[in-house]
Amino acid sequence: MKQLWVFIKKESKHIFRDSRTLGVLFLMPLAQILIFGYVISTEIKDARIGVYNKANDYTSHQVTERLISSGYFKVVAYFSNKAEMETSLRRGNIQMAVVFPGDFGNLMQSSDGAPLQLVADASEANTAQMLVNYAQGIVNRYGWEKTGDIDQTTLPIQIDVRMFYNPSLKGVFMSVPGIMAMILILVSAMMTSISITREKEFGSMEVLLISPLKPWQIIVGKVAPYVLLSFVNAATILLVGILIFEVPMNGSWLLLGFINLIYILLSLSLGIFISTVANSQMVAMFISLFALMLPTILLSGFIYPIENMPDPLQWLSLLMPPRWYIQSVKDVMFKGAGFFVVWKELLIMISFLSAFMILSVKNFKIRLE
Amino acid sequence: MRKAESSMDVIKVDKLVKKFGDFTANDHLSFQVKKGEIFGFLGANGAGKTTAIKILCGLSAPTEGRVEVAGFDVEHQTEKVKKSIGYMSQKFSLYEDLTVFENIRLFGAIYGLSAGLIRERSERMLKNLGLYEQRNRLIGNLSLGWKQKLAFSVAILHRPQIVFLDEPTSGVDPVTRRQFWELIYQAAAEGITVFITTHYLDEAEYCDRVTIMADGKIEALETPRKLKKQFDCETMNEVFLKLTRPH
Amino acid sequence: MVSVTNLTKTYGSVNALNGVNVQVKESELFGVIGPDGAGKSTLFRIILSLLLPDSGEVEVWGFDPVKDYRKIRQMVGYMPGKFSLYEDLSVEENLGFFATVFGTTIKENYHLIKDIYQQIEPFKTRPAGKLSGGMKQKLALSCALIHKPKLLVLDEPTTGVDAVSRSEFWEMLQKLKKQGITILVSTPYMDEASLCDRVALIQKGKILDVAAPSEVVAGFDGKLFGVSGGNMYHLINACKSFEGVESVFPFGEELHLTFKDRDDHSEALMEFLRGKGFDKLNIRLIRPNIEDRFMSLMSSESFHE
Repeated sequence: MKQLWVFIKKESKHIFRDSRTLGVLFLMPLAQILIFGYVISTEIKDARIGVYNKANDYTSHQVTERLISSGYFKVVAYFSNKAEMETSLRRGNIQMAVVFPGDFGNLMQSSDGAPLQLVADASEANTAQMLVNYAQGIVNRYGWEKTGDIDQTTLPIQIDVRMFYNPSLKGVFMSVPGIMAMILILVSAMMTSISITREKEFGSMEVLLISPLKPWQIIVGKVAPYVLLSFVNAATILLVGILIFEVPMNGSWLLLGFINLIYILLSLSLGIFISTVANSQMVAMFISLFALMLPTILLSGFIYPIENMPDPLQWLSLLMPPRWYIQSVKDVMFKGAGFFVVWKELLIMISFLSAFMILSVKNFKIRLE
Repeated sequence: MRKAESSMDVIKVDKLVKKFGDFTANDHLSFQVKKGEIFGFLGANGAGKTTAIKILCGLSAPTEGRVEVAGFDVEHQTEKVKKSIGYMSQKFSLYEDLTVFENIRLFGAIYGLSAGLIRERSERMLKNLGLYEQRNRLIGNLSLGWKQKLAFSVAILHRPQIVFLDEPTSGVDPVTRRQFWELIYQAAAEGITVFITTHYLDEAEYCDRVTIMADGKIEALETPRKLKKQFDCETMNEVFLKLTRPH
Repeated sequence: MVSVTNLTKTYGSVNALNGVNVQVKESELFGVIGPDGAGKSTLFRIILSLLLPDSGEVEVWGFDPVKDYRKIRQMVGYMPGKFSLYEDLSVEENLGFFATVFGTTIKENYHLIKDIYQQIEPFKTRPAGKLSGGMKQKLALSCALIHKPKLLVLDEPTTGVDAVSRSEFWEMLQKLKKQGITILVSTPYMDEASLCDRVALIQKGKILDVAAPSEVVAGFDGKLFGVSGGNMYHLINACKSFEGVESVFPFGEELHLTFKDRDDHSEALMEFLRGKGFDKLNIRLIRPNIEDRFMSLMSSESFHE
């Protein structure tokens, strides 16, 4: 036991004496969440839009009014023909145009609904998507109110957009669990895999293998300091999210902590697993980046919603641990869900964790080949 | 007159001082190296050898003193100095993932040789080494001995006035080491000055003259024969130990 | 106490070890001498149980490195070729770490490392990465010794270290040997062979000779001549062009030369060289050294390229 303890102590010293890396570890999550938060929260305020109203009836004026009063949009131009509208868009005078067809009000009462066109400046794809999302929400709500469709089953106004529907961009707080998933997997997996392969590269692993230390002791010793570090990171992101971006926290802190602990251990075991197949720090880093980072960003529902993916990618996303983490954190934080709501996600993560732990210990070589 | 003098001494170091903060790495070094001379530069780890070589190659500026290499001032005519020297170290020699000929072409081009000249010289060089048949093999597949011999030949491909060799023969088998020295003798006979550091003290005896550095100062500068006589030693190893071992 | 019989190991198509036989006795300072890539590290790692042999027998105090690797790992101390200490930990922390990991304390075995460690103790709070080459070497040796191993395995401990530190290091090994520790050490420096009790000369995975250093030299058959005078490069070429010359190698200020029938043709050579314009010639019969022997063994195995 004493051997394990000195090993953990030694590992912690490596971490704390490398002040540059340590700085990056703590500042990176902070920078990430501030960047994400800033980009998402500031873009959508007084967005410049133009209106091309072919109907000019009461309903179309009311919809325009709704858009303006939401605070998100500011109408800076009214067009009388298509060419004017396109010029304005091209010059960047407006970010989005709303096009009402003739007879808009009457069409809304028909069974097919009224067609409404939203033309967004897609050169800034993210902004365009958000603008369209916001406008869509506002217009739909108006439509349901007017037709008295409380169940919101029909769409009295058919909005014609050629961009992807992207609910995850609704607000900054939706991205906090995603950022946490990414940072934690990065810090945990990459740092542990690098710190183990560094010993291999350095030659000290040979001496450790010769020593009476057992494989599990080396693994636990490597991992323990990073558990703490990752926890601090998770807490930083949460605090910044809650204090600066007013992310709601409706659930149990204890449960949230437990979910994080499981996810951190899972990421660490992934890191160890990577180090058993990689022989150099560089290989370890690239595996971590490409095998963990990118799938986390692309397939976990962090940026691209899972329900919009083609089926094969949806199946693939089932295998992404961050998916289950993001899901459960969202449930706990936003919906205030308890253990009995998120037990399934937890169970999946624990299964992943055990699988990787077993694989790592089995794969850990007691020799050099 | 000056011209004639500078053609004799290709390296002139006059009261060179290099300080890092309070630490004096080179303490008033003065020496000259003649054209075509094989000049051994020895010293314990940390004696200031590496610092001095960096200054001679124009990679670092002297704190005080004047250093001329190939007739150029290393501090102010760095680019010209770099064109007149070749460099080879044990740590990095050639790119492992390029072929023999690709390496030659690369380094030839870096030193501004025309494609025709590179082809002509590399052919002669490879035939001389007996490596011509292997010119399309990857460097990584050659033995260490071949790599070192080839790296040396590449370092003098552009006919520099001086070639700096930093522990070129570490870990090489004794026969290959002899072959390496034959290449050095050949280069020196062709008028290239060879400036070499080594940990093999028996190799010091191959040099025309040897300096031994300790604590940033030059403790001795003589021919190996005279040094052995002066310190009454059988080998250069004993001379070295006498000079550098703390008393 | 270490016995290696017909050991073979290949990496892909490379024969790292090719039928190696070596016996190391108790309390012996045994040197494995050969250039880089000769197979020294591979041999050591197999003995240490870090690599698996392809075929052949290895026994370390009767234990098999494949089956009884735990037993072997408990009784060996190892200094790998690369500097294996933690550069960001201090001298003291490094030693303490290895002591604890090997299940002992600095206090318990201080007597073993005292002579060596005392020299670096004044710098015990300094990070290992900031030590000079010689001091790093002493620290690494202390760390390898701290658990009182029966067998000390040192892989090229003196490579890249200056001559002063090297000679100090060999003095330390002599002292350790006297305390009864068996030492297995590898080196590419031929001149260090004479400091060992017995040596194995190794080249391209094959053992060329195993004997005491004096016996190795005695194995050099025929006469060896030292030739000097005039420009080295031209002298080498001239000697090579003399019919009857077998080998010519520069050795410092002299050339070492043998004739094909290993006999004395120095008079004829002298005449030949004079005819080529060499006047200050000196040819003398000399005693071969380990390196001469190594090279003649290499050429008889037709190893060199």
